[in-house]
Amino acid sequence: MIKSAILIALVRGLRSIGHQSIKGVWRFGAGMRLFWLTLISSGESFRRFHLTIREIYFTGVMSLIIILVSAFFVGMVLGLQGYHTLQRYGSSEAIGVLVALALVRELGPVVTALLFAGRAGTAITAEIGLMKATEQLSAMEMMAVSPISRVIAPRFWAGVIAMPILAILFSMVGILGGYLLAVPVIGVDAGAFWSQMQANVDWRHDILNGVIKSFVFGVACTMIALFEGYDAPPTAEGVSRATTRTVVTSSLAVLGLDFILTSFMLNV
Amino acid sequence: MNPNIVEIDNLSFGYKGRMLHQGINMVFPRGKVVAIMGGSGSGKTTLLRLIGGQIKPSKGEVRVDGQVVHKQSREGVYKLRRKMGMLFQHGALFTDLSVFENVAFPMREHTDLPESMIRDLVLMKLNAVGLRGAYKMMPTELSGGMARRVAVARAIALDPSIIMYDEPFAGLDPISMGVVCDLIRTLNDALGATSIIVTHDVEETFRFADYIYFVADGVVAAEGTPEDLRNSDLPFVHQFVFGEKDGPVAFHYAADDYGRTMLGTDT
Amino acid sequence: MERTTIDLWVGIFVALGVAALLGLAMKVGNLTTNNIGETYTVTANFENIGGLKPRAPVKSAGVVVGRVADITFDSATYEAVVSLTLDKRYPFPKDTFANIYTAGLLGEQYIGLEAGGDEVNLASGDKILQTQDAVVLEKMISQFLYSKASESSDDKSDATESTKSNDDTLGASPLDNIGKPATTE
Repeated sequence: MIKSAILIALVRGLRSIGHQSIKGVWRFGAGMRLFWLTLISSGESFRRFHLTIREIYFTGVMSLIIILVSAFFVGMVLGLQGYHTLQRYGSSEAIGVLVALALVRELGPVVTALLFAGRAGTAITAEIGLMKATEQLSAMEMMAVSPISRVIAPRFWAGVIAMPILAILFSMVGILGGYLLAVPVIGVDAGAFWSQMQANVDWRHDILNGVIKSFVFGVACTMIALFEGYDAPPTAEGVSRATTRTVVTSSLAVLGLDFILTSFMLNV
Repeated sequence: MNPNIVEIDNLSFGYKGRMLHQGINMVFPRGKVVAIMGGSGSGKTTLLRLIGGQIKPSKGEVRVDGQVVHKQSREGVYKLRRKMGMLFQHGALFTDLSVFENVAFPMREHTDLPESMIRDLVLMKLNAVGLRGAYKMMPTELSGGMARRVAVARAIALDPSIIMYDEPFAGLDPISMGVVCDLIRTLNDALGATSIIVTHDVEETFRFADYIYFVADGVVAAEGTPEDLRNSDLPFVHQFVFGEKDGPVAFHYAADDYGRTMLGTDT
Repeated sequence: MERTTIDLWVGIFVALGVAALLGLAMKVGNLTTNNIGETYTVTANFENIGGLKPRAPVKSAGVVVGRVADITFDSATYEAVVSLTLDKRYPFPKDTFANIYTAGLLGEQYIGLEAGGDEVNLASGDKILQTQDAVVLEKMISQFLYSKASESSDDKSDATESTKSNDDTLGASPLDNIGKPATTE
C-alpha cells in the first residue's frame, strides 16, 4: 500500500517536471519566434520613427526618476561600504575606483535592467496583454495592420535604445553619489578620487563593455515583456500573471546573461 | 460581377476533437444586411474570423469577392481585409488614442492623405455616427454605446464594401440599441456595402435584416427573410425566436442521470 | 500627449545619455589619457613577467606613457614577448631599460621605462633590448631562505663545494640582485 503510494507520488513528481520542462522549452521557442518576427517586421519602426520615439518616452523617460534616484543611493552606499573596507588597508583614495568600476561594469547595467523590468517591463506586458484581451490586436489585424510591426516592434526598439542610455545615466549618477559621499562627507581628496578612477577605468574594457551588457539586457528584458504580454491569456487573471512572470523571467535572464557576458568579457 | 460578395462553401472548422462547424453554406449578396444568429457558443464569431482570414478552415472555403481567403498569401489576405470593416464586440478601440486618432488610424496606416484631408474625413465619419462633438475624448471617457459608435466610425473609415458586426447590441441600453440598429441600416445603404451581423438579439435583428441564417450544432439550421422565419414551424427556430426555455435546445447540458450522480453510484 | 512634447522629452533623454557617456569617457575613463594621441608600438622580451597583464600601465618617472598591448610567448627562446603601446608625444632613446615593477608590496604590476643615452629614438616595431624581469615573491623568499641556510652552514665550517658555487651564482643575498638590470639576448 505504502509502496504504491510512494510510487504514485514519484510518478506524479516526474510528470510535473516533464510538463514544466516541455512548457519551458515551448515558451522559449515561441519567444524566439516572436523575436524573429519582430526583427523582420522592424522596418516600420524606423521608417515611421515617431512610433518608436513615442515608446522611448514611455519606457525610457518615464523610468528616468526611479533609475536616477536608485543610482544616487546605490552610489552612496557603495561609497560608504567601500570606504569602511578600504580604510583598513589605508587606501581610501581608491574609493573612486571601486565605485566607478562596480557601477560601470556590473551594477549600472544589472540594476538598471532589474528596475527596467519592474517599471517598464511590467507596463509593456500589461499594456499588450490588455490590448489583446480587449481585442485591440485583433482589430488591428482585421484592419490589415500587422500588430507585430505596429505595436511590438516599436516597443522592442524603444526598449533596446532606452536601456543603454538608462544604464549610462545610472552609472554616472551613481558615481556622483559616491563622490558626494566620499569627498564632502568623508573627506577623501577630490583629486585622488578622480585621478585614481581615471587611471584604472578603461574606456573600452570597462565602459564600453558595460554598454554592451546593457544593450543585451535591453533586448532580453523588452522581448520577455513583449512576449509575456502577447502570449497572455486574454483575461484579467492571465494578464496579471503574465506581469508577474515578466519580472521573474527578466530578472533571472538578466542575472544569467550577466554571468555569461562577464565571463566572456574577462577572458578576452 | 458575382452578385454575392462573400460565399461560404461547405465550411468546417474545429479545434482538436471538437468540430465547431460541420459543412456550412452561406451567401452574402451585395448591398444586403445579413444576420447570422444562433445560441452562445455556436461559433458565430468564429465565422467572422474565418471570413477575415484570421483563422483557416479545416475543410471547405470562404470566398471574398471571388477569392479563396485561406489560399491567399499574407499580403493577399491584407489586401482583402482592406475591403472589410469590422466592429468588435466591445468596440476594441485603441485605448491609448483619442476618438479622433482611433478613426484616423486606418487612414494613416493605409493612405498618404494630407493631414487636412484626414481631418475632414474623420469628422465626416464621426458626424455619420453622431459623435463629431466627442472627437477629443479618450475611449475610457465614453459610454458603451458611444464607444460602439466610434468603433463603427472606425470600421467605415476606408469605405469598406463589407462591414462585419460582432454582437453590436450586446450590453446596450434600449436607446443605444435603437441608435446602433438604425446606424447599421443607414450606413449600409449609404455606402452601398454589405453588412454581416452576428447576434443573438432577435427583436432588433428581425426589424432591419434582409436575410437571416440560424446556426446550430455546426450547421445552418434555418435561413430566410425575417418574415419567413417568424412563420417558420421548425421547432428550433420557434424556440429561438420566441425565447422558450425548453425545446430542441435542452436546458440541461448533456449529463448522466441526475439521480445516479447524486447518489454517487455511477463511479 | 502632444507629439512635440514627447519629442522634446525624448530629445532631452537621449542628449542626457550622450552627455553621460561622454562624461564617463572623459572624467571617469581613460579615453583622454590613452586613446586620443597617436601611438607607436615597441616590444620587449622578458624571461619572466610575473603577474603582468595586458592593459597594465607603462610608466616613466611615474608618468603613464603607454599601456601593455599584448603578451605572447616565444617558443624559440622561451621568453615572454610584451608589446607596449607608447604615446607618440613621448619618444625614448634606443637603449631604454624596461623593468617590471610592482605597485606597493602586493599591488598590480606595471612596466617602468628608464631612458638611456642613445641619440637614436625608438621607432614603431623596435625592440627594447635591456629588460629586467618581474620579481617573483616566492622565488625571492626561497632564495633568501636558502642563502640563510647556507650562511649558517658556513658558520659551522662544513660547507660543501656545491653550496659555495650556489652562493656565487646567487650572490650573498638575492635581494641585492633586484636593483641590477639583467640583460637578455
